[in-house]
Amino acid sequence: MTQTENRPQAENAAPEGTDLALRVESLWKIFGPRADKIIGTPDADLSRADLKRKTGCVVGVRDVSFEVAPGEVFVVMGLSGSGKSTLVRCLTRLIEPTAGKVEVGGVDVSNASESQLRDLRRHHVSMVFQHFGLLPHRQVIDNVAYGLEVRGMGRKERRAKAEEVVGLVGLDGYERSYPDQLSGGMQQRVGLARALAGDPDILLFDEPFSALDPLIRRDMQNEVIRLHHELGKTMVFITHDLQEALKLGDRILIMRDGALVQLGTPDEVVAAPADDYVRDFTSEVPRSHVLTLRWVMREPRDDDSLEGPVMSPDTIVRQAARAALASDHPVRVMEEGRLIGIVDDDAILRMVVAETDAPDEDGVPA
Amino acid sequence: MTAVVTAPRAARHRPAVVEMVIEHARLWALFLVVVVWVAIWAVTQGQDTLALSASAITDTHRQLQDASNWVEDAASSGSSVWVNAANNFADWINSVFEWLQHIFTVPEFPRPLPQIGWLGTIALAALVTFAVAGWRSLLLVVPSFLAFGFLGYWTDSIDLLLVTGIAVVIAAAVGIPLGLWMGHSKVVTAIVTPVLDFMQTMPSFVYLLPISILFGIGAAAAIIVTLIYATPPVVRITAHGIRTLPAGVMEATASMGQSRRQRLTKVELPLAKRTIIVGINQTMMAALSMATIAAFIDGPGLGQPVLDGLKRGQLGTSFVAGIAIVIMAIMLDRTTTAASVRSEQASRADQAHTALRRGALGAGAIGTLVALYLSHNYVWANEFPSSPDLGTPIRNKVDDFGQWLLTDVSSLTTSIETTFTEKFLNPVQSLIAESPWYVTAAAFALIAVIVGGMRAFLFTVVCLAGIYYLDLWNFAMITLTSVLVATAIVVLLAVVVGVWMGRSRVVDRIIRPFLDAGQTMPPFVFLIPIFILFGPNRFTAMVAGIIYAAPVAIKLVADGIRGVSTETVEAAESSGTNKWQMITKVQLPMSRGSLLLATNQGLLYVLSMVVIGGMAGAGALGFDIVHGFRNSSYVGRGLAAGISVVLLGIMLDRITTYGAERAQRSQDSSGRTAARWRKVLRLSPAPQGLAHG
Repeated sequence: MTQTENRPQAENAAPEGTDLALRVESLWKIFGPRADKIIGTPDADLSRADLKRKTGCVVGVRDVSFEVAPGEVFVVMGLSGSGKSTLVRCLTRLIEPTAGKVEVGGVDVSNASESQLRDLRRHHVSMVFQHFGLLPHRQVIDNVAYGLEVRGMGRKERRAKAEEVVGLVGLDGYERSYPDQLSGGMQQRVGLARALAGDPDILLFDEPFSALDPLIRRDMQNEVIRLHHELGKTMVFITHDLQEALKLGDRILIMRDGALVQLGTPDEVVAAPADDYVRDFTSEVPRSHVLTLRWVMREPRDDDSLEGPVMSPDTIVRQAARAALASDHPVRVMEEGRLIGIVDDDAILRMVVAETDAPDEDGVPA
Repeated sequence: MTAVVTAPRAARHRPAVVEMVIEHARLWALFLVVVVWVAIWAVTQGQDTLALSASAITDTHRQLQDASNWVEDAASSGSSVWVNAANNFADWINSVFEWLQHIFTVPEFPRPLPQIGWLGTIALAALVTFAVAGWRSLLLVVPSFLAFGFLGYWTDSIDLLLVTGIAVVIAAAVGIPLGLWMGHSKVVTAIVTPVLDFMQTMPSFVYLLPISILFGIGAAAAIIVTLIYATPPVVRITAHGIRTLPAGVMEATASMGQSRRQRLTKVELPLAKRTIIVGINQTMMAALSMATIAAFIDGPGLGQPVLDGLKRGQLGTSFVAGIAIVIMAIMLDRTTTAASVRSEQASRADQAHTALRRGALGAGAIGTLVALYLSHNYVWANEFPSSPDLGTPIRNKVDDFGQWLLTDVSSLTTSIETTFTEKFLNPVQSLIAESPWYVTAAAFALIAVIVGGMRAFLFTVVCLAGIYYLDLWNFAMITLTSVLVATAIVVLLAVVVGVWMGRSRVVDRIIRPFLDAGQTMPPFVFLIPIFILFGPNRFTAMVAGIIYAAPVAIKLVADGIRGVSTETVEAAESSGTNKWQMITKVQLPMSRGSLLLATNQGLLYVLSMVVIGGMAGAGALGFDIVHGFRNSSYVGRGLAAGISVVLLGIMLDRITTYGAERAQRSQDSSGRTAARWRKVLRLSPAPQGLAHG
């Protein structure tokens, strides 16, 4: 496991609580004949290309473990082919995992029977897809109600419920339209409504906005944030877009070639990339927009001025900049009434002005 | 090191002739084979041709005769479980057919007239049409039914519809579930596909004899043979429809926790409905064409007057019945096509429209009941009025025309026919059929290797060995000659017209409807006008074959030319390519897979027609098959001829299929699958319902 020493919380565990929404343990997916025989042999440690050459099998997901807390927005990020879409499909066994364990709300999905699995998909986990996957022969309202319909809910009841959800995603007035009469963004709202209609515990998003143009994408991201605030659902969000990941995610899991590369909060990922792959990813990110004071402060010294403004270590650097620069004294970073660090103008300027500089390790707290 | 560096330079400086030979190595090899073949033929002509007199029967034929006698005995004595089961099935079909006949066409004692006459039948047909295809189709269906009557073939037309209808219903009942299963299971696909391939390679005519041995002759045998011939399209297209359902939708709905049953009824069937109806359309057209040919085994319907007319030289009769068949083909094709389009629109209709439609259906149902009542009780509404009679004047005109041809113009048609036969057909036939058999066989084996590679070679050797064993080598080679010459003309036609269509949208728009119409026609009707013009001989069968095969081949080439990417064409244009260079250096070479596929389809269509033409004087294998129906002591030889035709078909199909695959592979891999699917769909217009998803 690749881990960096200086990450403040280098844990795969969810931040708080014991009632986990989702727990994934040593999950493997290998595509190809007799794939299950590979795990546990030395072959499993081969690189993707070598394994393909040797056995004809392709690794989709390689030994991934993580936990998601209720209400958390958990982002899985990686380039295409990194296995992130395979990973999310393994969670409800749309793709059958080769090995490992998946628990949803404490229930073991990996060994669920067909009917248990159906129950899970009908009531507990819903998914939003990149290409929407709407039924072209059904009106919006009946697309949204499809999940309720397969549960066996009566027509009147499910339509009433669907009507409500259609309103929630801002599609009022389009209930009787057919998918091909809607724009891409609106179609994805239908996809979102369909996932929400069943009132699931967990929402899975598989690159839901990649097929949309940038403006619509931003709208939809805000929509997801709004819905998260209103409904507080647990979300697992797949994306290849770091900006999107940083914007939405409470925590981000970065994958490459099927394996977990780094798991952490947005500022951890940007400030302390686990390796060159992640560093490459994050190099374009305006660091002052993501990093908090925790990442730029230094140890307090005896001769520090005590008149500077007081800020929390979780303040984003960019937000702190104006007040910090206006004051003649350095910012004091306080946590639980205790002085834990000092931020000089210098440190802030270096971050804001020299955005394009190669990331250095100086700003990392000891 | 120096050798590596200089080698390419040396290659660049090879003489132009050598360059050309290397570039077109396969063409040159083919040329060489033919030259050597001609040289050997010149010395050995007439030796070891394995010619067999028209009445000779060999041991192999006798063995086949014994086998068929055994089946017939088993059928009459009930001694074999399988034969018994087959006969029970035939009896059941027969009783269904007779029951329907008593309703629509045949009076049942003591009634002097059938239960329902023309008025009731038309009303019923109109109601069904309105329900499945919409009111516009009524404008086609009602006049079509009236035309059947006015042409004087009411009873034969309805009988043909019954045969076709029963066959299509059973084919759909078996074929759709099988297609669904194939769509879901790779194993089933792997098992069923070769069987379907084989079934579709067999010329329709070949099915007749074995079926008549097992089931005798008559309606039941006709329906069963139609059923067998017509089932593959609906199976294939249904499976294709399921396989090509948008993966995203399937996954999304699976993620909602649907059961298998819900997946089938709520997702797959509604989404694939339109494709499945296209499959039914194809099956229906195949059934119609087989049902007419089934007249050879005494199948009821319009095929009877066509065949009678051809046999007795009353061409007017054949012609009028042929017109009725053409009308029926257009009617069935247009109506089912309209039904497939409507299947999508109907679900989107607004409520007012739906209410209106329900009302109209209700009113139509009441009207139909009234018509049925009248038709049951009054003679005027039961027996189709004898005037106006359109059939007799047409019949007389055609007979007069035939007479006129025979007396005044026969020199012209005869000279066309003789010139072609003597200058072109006979030399080729002499080469193929009068070389020693082993020379011809070796030549074909070599051609197979060059065109289609090792697999084609193996198929060719096995097929030729089979033909040799069946003792009809010489006849098979004569049939093969007709097929090859006719196909050469088809391909020539396809390249000329196809390139023209492929390069011009306007031309395409004008010509395509005719090709579409030509494709829906049962092959039998092509024979009639040619027969009138040229009389009974090889040439007639070949011309009919060319006309029958041309639409498919032309469409394939046109689509191939159109399929060359615009970018490539523009790139060639921008480097100053002229029109002729564009065709010969860019468009034709890039669509050579389509060309081979067109050749493939051309061969199979022509083969099937040339065999049918056996009864129209084309002789060779076709004649032997017909002789097998007519004369019980020649059944064995007829069977041998049938199997020889199948072997010829498989050989030609494999050589060209593998050749086409090879040509496509060298271009791109996606084109190859596209080509395969085009073949699977039997070149029906692409099902458009799947485009958006």
